[in-house]
Amino acid sequence: MTINGKAYIVGAFEHPTRKAPDKSVAHLHAEVAKGALKDAGLTKSDVDGYFCAGDAPGLGPLSMVDYLNLKVRHLDSTDTGGSSYIVHVAHAAEAIALGKCSIALITLAGRPRSEGMQTGIAPREGNPAIPDVEWESPFRPTTVNMYAMCAMRHMHEFGTTSEQLAWIKVAASHHAQHNPNAMLPKVVTVEEVVNSPVVSDPLHRLDCCVISDGGGALIVAKPEIARSLKRPRVKILGAGEAIKGQSGGDVDLTFSAGAWSGPVAFAEAGVKPADIKYASIYDSFTITVLMQIEDLGFCGKGDGGKFVSDGNLISGVGKLPFNTDGGGLCNNHPANRGGMTKVIEAVRQLRGEAHPAVQVKNCDIALAQGTGGRLGSRHGSATLILGRE
Amino acid sequence: MKPEKEVMQAPMSHPENQPFWDAAAEGKFIIRKCAACGRVHWYPRAICPFCFSDRTEWVRASGRGTIYSYSVMRRADEPYAIAYVTLEEGPTMLTNIVDCDFDALKIGQRVQLVFEVSEKGAPVPMFTPYEA
Repeated sequence: MTINGKAYIVGAFEHPTRKAPDKSVAHLHAEVAKGALKDAGLTKSDVDGYFCAGDAPGLGPLSMVDYLNLKVRHLDSTDTGGSSYIVHVAHAAEAIALGKCSIALITLAGRPRSEGMQTGIAPREGNPAIPDVEWESPFRPTTVNMYAMCAMRHMHEFGTTSEQLAWIKVAASHHAQHNPNAMLPKVVTVEEVVNSPVVSDPLHRLDCCVISDGGGALIVAKPEIARSLKRPRVKILGAGEAIKGQSGGDVDLTFSAGAWSGPVAFAEAGVKPADIKYASIYDSFTITVLMQIEDLGFCGKGDGGKFVSDGNLISGVGKLPFNTDGGGLCNNHPANRGGMTKVIEAVRQLRGEAHPAVQVKNCDIALAQGTGGRLGSRHGSATLILGRE
Repeated sequence: MKPEKEVMQAPMSHPENQPFWDAAAEGKFIIRKCAACGRVHWYPRAICPFCFSDRTEWVRASGRGTIYSYSVMRRADEPYAIAYVTLEEGPTMLTNIVDCDFDALKIGQRVQLVFEVSEKGAPVPMFTPYEA
């Protein structure tokens, strides 16, 4: 049993807003759902499966299904943080392969920017029932310092430098200049990144993604429906998911769960890293990208610093064009969850609908990779491989 | 360098971990060891995370270890150092490094336990550099 060829992404929509003080989170969910259905050429009544994660207000999918007034026969509210929506595409394909639904809607939306959330630097109150909270909250873990410790260890073990990490932001900024919706459309240099203020050693302000409002939605459908629609077809070829934590105290910060989800996805898709023409790689921080690139096998472990340098991630310049929308580092990071926009830009590339300045030529196979949670403590990883048909 | 403006959040204990906090109140640092597989783990659990045996027990730890990784949070009212410390007994735990020059911290540096008092008075296990 495989999902390879069993389902297609037929609709994708990214909300153009980056700040939405006058809209509710539920309203944003509805707007992206409407946008993705319109993109697909489908209507609300066609949807028979619904997928959402923790950004959706309410208990699991209950409130959103009611708010959108959907009548569905399949549901999934798996939450692995920012990688959830990549997992949802795979789960939708599984459900479709089993006949549990035919047209699945996946939505994400949030407004941390309007709400003034200090996403990266503020320790968050954890539910005391969470077993790790007792042993960690006193030490003030935040999103930034829990990724920064991965960068610190990577530098120690492999000699990775801040300048090499900076190249990831530089590449993203080269792409963002062509995106009229990007929050940070200005091209930056390695020097500007390493000279920006340190937030938590060794990560600088420009190593961190933006905080934005917005959202996105995807429609996944069975092959017969995909063939009946007018949009270019994006076939799901393979997927993997994994969770990595502290392993009972055997902490190893040098790799992400992408080392586990990646090989599963490649095997199911029947392709190799060298076959990938375009990669969306979750860029909560520059270090997140570097580690996932290594873990997916685009280069050897520890060689990520060299691999990302000198524009190797810039479309039309390097070997692995990544995040051609500007990514989380420059474009947006709706609801502090970047997995959705990773899939959307991969769909644009496969359809040939990315901005002409960043469109990858002959883009027939693309990958979307996400992590969620905190790389330095416990995180989910999802890998999705898509093909143009 | 102990933060004075920001008072550390007190840990919210679960019943099976009360012996840890009781020992900490007496200045003793205890960790969890499995009598079935012999392995020590962190954070403490009633069921061994390696072999799933329920024959886990509290044992006294030396309180010495080395820094596995760290990061100094500069965007705070008072900068602080979060770290993973690998204990002599094996497991690696999340903690803070205190009473030190943050700019002199290094991976591999030897550290020893100090209990720092949290907002509700519970002592929390942190570490400080020492010369062997």
